[in-house]
Amino acid sequence: MLGLNKKDTSLFLIVVGMTMFAPFILNPFPETSQLAQFNAGYPDLMQRFVIFGIFAIGFNLLFGLTGYLSFGHAAFLGVGSYAGVWMMKLLTMDVIPAIFMSMVVAGLFSILVGYVSLRRSGIYFSILTLAFAQMSFSLAYSVLTPITNGETGLQLALDDPRILGVSQVDGSIPPASIFGIAMRDSWDLTLGGWSFTFNAGYYLCAVIMILAFYVSVRIFRSPFGLMLKAVKSNQQRMNYTGLNSKPYTFAAFVISGMYAGLAGGLMVAMDPLAGAERMQWTASGEVVLMTILGGAGTLFGPVLGAGFIKYFENIFSKINDNILYQWFSGLPESVADALVFVIHPFIGKGWHLTLGIVFMLVVIFLPGGIMEGLRRISAFVKKRFSSSPSSNGAVPSAKAAE
Amino acid sequence: MEILKVEGVNKSFGGLKALNEVNLSIEEGNVHAIIGPNGAGKSTLLNCFVGKLTPDTGSVTFMGKNLIGIKPHEINQAGVSRVFQTPEIFSDLSILDNVIIPTLASNDGSFSFNAWNGVQKRGEILDKAESILEDIGLAEKKDVLAASLSRGDKRRLELAMCLVQDPKLVLLDEPTAGMSRADTNNTIDLLKRIGERGITKIVIEHDMHVVFSLANKVSVLAQGTVIAEGKPEDIKGDPRVQEAYLGGAHI
Repeated sequence: MLGLNKKDTSLFLIVVGMTMFAPFILNPFPETSQLAQFNAGYPDLMQRFVIFGIFAIGFNLLFGLTGYLSFGHAAFLGVGSYAGVWMMKLLTMDVIPAIFMSMVVAGLFSILVGYVSLRRSGIYFSILTLAFAQMSFSLAYSVLTPITNGETGLQLALDDPRILGVSQVDGSIPPASIFGIAMRDSWDLTLGGWSFTFNAGYYLCAVIMILAFYVSVRIFRSPFGLMLKAVKSNQQRMNYTGLNSKPYTFAAFVISGMYAGLAGGLMVAMDPLAGAERMQWTASGEVVLMTILGGAGTLFGPVLGAGFIKYFENIFSKINDNILYQWFSGLPESVADALVFVIHPFIGKGWHLTLGIVFMLVVIFLPGGIMEGLRRISAFVKKRFSSSPSSNGAVPSAKAAE
Repeated sequence: MEILKVEGVNKSFGGLKALNEVNLSIEEGNVHAIIGPNGAGKSTLLNCFVGKLTPDTGSVTFMGKNLIGIKPHEINQAGVSRVFQTPEIFSDLSILDNVIIPTLASNDGSFSFNAWNGVQKRGEILDKAESILEDIGLAEKKDVLAASLSRGDKRRLELAMCLVQDPKLVLLDEPTAGMSRADTNNTIDLLKRIGERGITKIVIEHDMHVVFSLANKVSVLAQGTVIAEGKPEDIKGDPRVQEAYLGGAHI
């Protein structure tokens, strides 16, 4: 279907299903239950899941396929965001030109960064990209203040020209919209104790993520994608096989930069402001974590990794001591005190600690990330419940790597 | 017809003169062995043919095309393939992918942006890749990771990767180094079968058994210079060769 093989089609359909029904899947607990705080089905967080999913899919096209570890990808996301806000300031509040321009500007910027950085490989490449990103971050904060509005961040204003739109509606800034549907429009559905929110902005992001995922599957399976894997596997052999590895890596870098720009543009479409901190090295590091945690070089891993980290960041960080005491209310006070004392460093502001430990465990025991974990579980289940011992465990199959 | 011509090639590394006025002429269709003691400059010479090293002076021409100063991928696209001393393959890809990559390279050129249609849709490429695997005896393992192959099989795979490109000249750098006798004989058989395709080959080799069962011409390199050249039988008896190669002992 859609030019994909059977296995990829089913993966694609799973992704479509998961994103389309996310408001249900992410809200498994009734509103009044103790566990309601683990619900992630609110628009703001769901938007972040898919936007960072796009960012990670793009990063994976570079890092997962060619093995070139860029440590400055947030710069493209930041540049894309600024371009998006400017389109909204100057042109119209419709998000399409903003998203489009984000991709174009990020693409152009990645041509520049890629041209210079790809002269080196390995750690030197990483350092060059990091330097570019930190340079962009500092410039956005200082010299480029007329474009970026410095520390305050670039925002919309009532006196923006908006040539194709209106400057203000009833004394306030018009909302970001697509074909007249505002991004913040939501529709609530209450079923018994559960309540689900369907948000226009989320569905726009979700559709774009599905497209982005589809494009990435096509690239993975194409001759071009195979060449990118060859770059990672053995560049010397590649060159002696009559292939010029440089344009391949360069093209992958630019495509990946445009994915980052797209993510930046969508962020702006959801919330029309852009700040320099989006380009900081921690933001670049985050997408590296997402990709490795989910499984670099796998199709769907990066999306899972992005979801995992964003969930931790938003949900785990909200748990505090009071909530813990509520959970342990059935226990004797001294036991509850002891438990809270032990757990305290790992929750709330300490969520980074938990994430760090999870990350270390994954890298050490599951070098292939969450995807490898899922694969091992499914292999175990198959082995356990199939009557005949399977023979494909003996030979490492290349197909299993994806 | 002369396919590769090497004239007056010199190459020094610091004070060491690795190649000294090397002249060679390789005839089309020949299996030309280059032998010589360790450090004679055999691999250096080979590296000058594929763009890995640039000679200080001298010229290397392949079918009238100058090979000095052009990039490895351009040399390959001109029709020169190389097999390395330690097999250079795409270890973390499947065996089939390993062969598809060179097939695509000779079909689509050194760069092409085919990012949309799947590899699986390129029937002609797949057929060619699978038929070469059939030829070389790896067809059954085509979905296996290349890293899991034995050393002998890796060598065969690398040969398949060269042959699938229909090269005019194949350079083999010690194709049987570190192999058991049985593997060595298998490789000789394989190379002989390839010989039937009429591809010119240059073989660098230590193992005299391999040289004498494959080559129809031999050049002897010692201290960066060609000291003897001729048919294998003539070389065998040449006293200069025995002197340089084995310090006077009889081969």
